[in-house]
Parts: sequence; C-alpha cells; structure tokens
Amino acid sequence: MKQEIFVIKSQEKIAKDVFKMVLSGNTDDITASGQFVNIKLDGFYLRRPISVCDYDKNELTLIYKTVGEGTAAMSGYENGTELDILTGLGNGYDTSLSGEKPLLLGGGVGVPPLYNLCKKLVAEGKKPTVILGFNGADDVFYENEFKALGADVYVTTVDGSYGIKGFVTDAMSDIDYSFFYTCGPEPMLKAIYKVSKTSGQLSFEERMGCGFGACMGCSCKTKYANKRICKDGPVLIKEEIIW
Amino acid sequence: MVDTSVSLSGLVLDNPIIPASGTFGYGYEYAELYDINCLGSFSFKGTTREARFGNPTPRIAECPAGMINSVGLQNPGVEKVISEELPKLKECFSKKVIANVGGFSLDEYAETCQILDSQEQVGLLEVNISCPNVHNGGMSFGTDPKMAAEVTKRVKAVTTKPVYIKLSPNVTDIVEIAKACEDAGADGISMINTLLGMRIDLKTKKPIIANKMGGFSGSAILPVALRMVYQVYDAVKIPIIGMGGISTAKDVIEMMLAGATAVQIGAANLVNPFVCKEIIEKLPEEMAKYNLNSLSEIIGGAH
Repeated sequence: MKQEIFVIKSQEKIAKDVFKMVLSGNTDDITASGQFVNIKLDGFYLRRPISVCDYDKNELTLIYKTVGEGTAAMSGYENGTELDILTGLGNGYDTSLSGEKPLLLGGGVGVPPLYNLCKKLVAEGKKPTVILGFNGADDVFYENEFKALGADVYVTTVDGSYGIKGFVTDAMSDIDYSFFYTCGPEPMLKAIYKVSKTSGQLSFEERMGCGFGACMGCSCKTKYANKRICKDGPVLIKEEIIW
Repeated sequence: MVDTSVSLSGLVLDNPIIPASGTFGYGYEYAELYDINCLGSFSFKGTTREARFGNPTPRIAECPAGMINSVGLQNPGVEKVISEELPKLKECFSKKVIANVGGFSLDEYAETCQILDSQEQVGLLEVNISCPNVHNGGMSFGTDPKMAAEVTKRVKAVTTKPVYIKLSPNVTDIVEIAKACEDAGADGISMINTLLGMRIDLKTKKPIIANKMGGFSGSAILPVALRMVYQVYDAVKIPIIGMGGISTAKDVIEMMLAGATAVQIGAANLVNPFVCKEIIEKLPEEMAKYNLNSLSEIIGGAH
C-alpha cells in the first residue's frame, strides 16, 4: 500500500451511470489484477474504494458507477484535479491458477477488474472466455475492449435488450473452462458458485472503513479463518467460501 | 527545543499521541507505512477472553464529518493475542503498549487482565466498559457507577499495572461514573468511547448498519469529547487520556487544555493512515505558535 497523489487525465461516461476515469500517478504498489484503490474525496469523511480496471507504470484506469453522493461528486471532477489515493489494496486474482482456458464472468461494475486480468492471462498465452452480464442495453460497456484483447466475449442482459437474454450463468453451460474468475453482485457470485464445474476465484464487495485491514469493518467468515475483505480479500477462493 | 513528553501513572511517553483501540489493529498494518516507534504508545485492538467474530456486516456507515462502526469487538482472544500478535508487534514497536480489554462479566474482565498482567510489553491496561456494539456487557458496565466501580476493583485486584477505565459518553452524568472509578482505585480515565448513532438508507428504507446502531466517531464529536474531558478533569485527580474527533495537532493542544494528559487518535487513522505521524511532526511547530515550551504544563490549562 502507498499513498499517492494522482491527477485526472480524462473522464467519460461509458454507460448508464458508469464513468471511466484515467489518472496519472505512481502505480508501483499495484501488483495484481483485482486489487483496488481508496480515494479521498473533498467533503466526504471516508474514502471511496474502487477496483482497478487497468494500470501501467504511470497510469491508472478506473471504471465506477455513481451509486451515491460521493461517486456522483467524483463524476463531476475536471481533468487536472489531484486526488489523494491509497493504492495497491487487497490481494487480487492469482493468474497461476487459471489453467489453459479460464472463464471470466463479470456483472455490472464487477466487469472492470476482469479487464486487466484478461490482459494478463492473454499475455501468459492462455485462452480466456469472457461473459459480461448487465441489466439492459444501456448498461453494457467494454465488450469491444475485451474482444480487442483477443478473448471470446459473450454479453448477457437480464431484459434481453442486448446479447443473450438472462444471467451470466445462462451463458456458462456450453463453455469448456479450466478455472473461473468472477466479480459482481453477491447473488451472481452465489449462482456461479453453485453451477460452476471447476474451482475459481470470486471477488467480494463490502462497506469498508479504512480499506487496509485496520478497522475490521468488512470482516467475513471463511472455512479456514475470519478474513477482512479489504486486506485478505476482496478475492476469495471458491473452496473457502461460506454463504 | 520544546518538550512533548507526558507521563501516565509512571509510564513516560515521548509525546502524548496514542492511536485509539480498534483503529490501529495490532500495529503492523501501519508499520508497513511508517516507523510506528514515533508514537507515544498505542492502544491495541479490544481484546476479550475468548475469540470473537463480532457483528454481522455492514458494520460501517459514513456520516457528515465522521463514521459509524459496529464491529463488535472482533478479536482472536487474549491467548492468541499473547502468542501471535504481541510477538509480531514487538518486531515493529519497541515501546510499551496499552492493552485494551473488553468483557461480558466481572470474571471475564478480571481473568483477561490477569493474563495480560504478565506481559512485559504491556505498560498499561485500558478497560473498556463502554463498547456500544455488544449486548449484555460492554456499555452496560459503563452506564452504572456501581458496576463501573465493581469492574475497577476486580481488575485492580489482579494486576500491578496502571488501570485506566474507558468511559462511555452515552450516559446522563459521566462525572459520576468517573468519580466512582477513581474511588474504586482506577489509576486513570480514558474518554470518550463512541456515541451511539445510526443511519438509514433511503433506497432500502432500512438502517445501513446490520446491527441497526453503532458507535459514531470522527471530527464531529470533538466538541462533545472536549466538554466531557473538561467536566471530568474538574472532578477527579487521576490522569485522563482524552479522545474523540482529534485529527490535528491543534486538536491535541485543545484536548490537553481541557484536561487530558495524553490523547488518542481514532477514526482519523482510517481516513489518513499517516495522521498520527503527521500530528507528531507538527506538534513542535504548533506549540511554538502558541508559545508553549512543555506540553505537560498545559494539561487542564483551560480551567
């Protein structure tokens, strides 16, 4: 973990209530896909934890949904705004577990952390399949970006207004996969947990105090130990999860 | 050269800055960020006789200038704290720590304190009779002067270390409880714990916190904490560790003028993990601004 000042380079709306923010700054402490950053916003007491969509040495890409007053304020920030950010938080995904044909399943704003993961898996010579689930056509984002990485991409929408009608699990049955990685709302994670035929890593969300393991605000029970979603997670392995 | 040292019942601190229990774990998350040996001391995560998972999540809700938590004394239990946490802590912190102890019965408080009494790393026991997040214990001992006195006596009987009782602000008259603790032999008072509060989510129309209510802390509670420390300072002779909403070197001086011998920093650590270090570095400059040579001379200066 590091505290760094980042500068907003660009920000754009890419779907309904969903914004993509690109920032410049030191990303040295981000070491795995699926980690998150915690952003201090003027006028709000607690930081806002946002998963890392992509990063390289001096650039950070975040995709977030405006779910409350903090993220709404953030979406109005101008280019050039400086943000105090704690980076490199959480454990992230482990690509060494993937096997040859990993399956990536993202739901809504659970999609972003899978982007850098997909990029890494492709770079390692794996053949990922990606299923992106949204509520409707207005919510869909990053289909082409995943395709551009070379992955097989399926999109599902709950109302059937785009792609396959249904949930990500409806698109899973015919796919042959060696391991799965997922991030999204808890009912989706639970459904995937039930129907999945292999082991996998699931990324969880919880209301956090600090985001770096000090306050015990986001604890959960697992089969092996009590874990802090922010520090020992957000990524848990299928076999340890207690619902 | 200004003097920032203070003394808590014989435990001399280089400076009065102590991270508050529950906001600093057992130290090592912060030791990754800076050398925590700059701290006066620190109060470790509230420890009970047996391991506790605590309350269901969500346990955190944001507030204007603060936050609510309902962690509920999650900790691995005193034996694991001694066998696993304290040895790890020793590697990154060479000073004496404050052992924060929670409990659900008089016997439990006494037993946990007795176990910790043998720990050379522990400089002082801080007995939490004010946790708003646990039932049948915690705060119920801190809202009744007789019970507060009883806990104090039982703990004093099993330890030679200084005993500080951590008080709840969720009472009609905190002075009465502080006096009861002093009369029962307490070496000092820690105050204040969090204020009982709640938030409601307008989308779900239900409380945000799974346990419905929790402890409110953060900058917003500073005036309440100052007022209570001021009142208790007038009524007792034992030292007070003042806390509640402190986040700057100025707040530290203000709390000491109200009557605190040392201060604890809580919620501010969660937002700015470097805040204690920054306050310690800023203190001499802030003291110079107000022509203060020695911090220990300003304790209770506002009276």
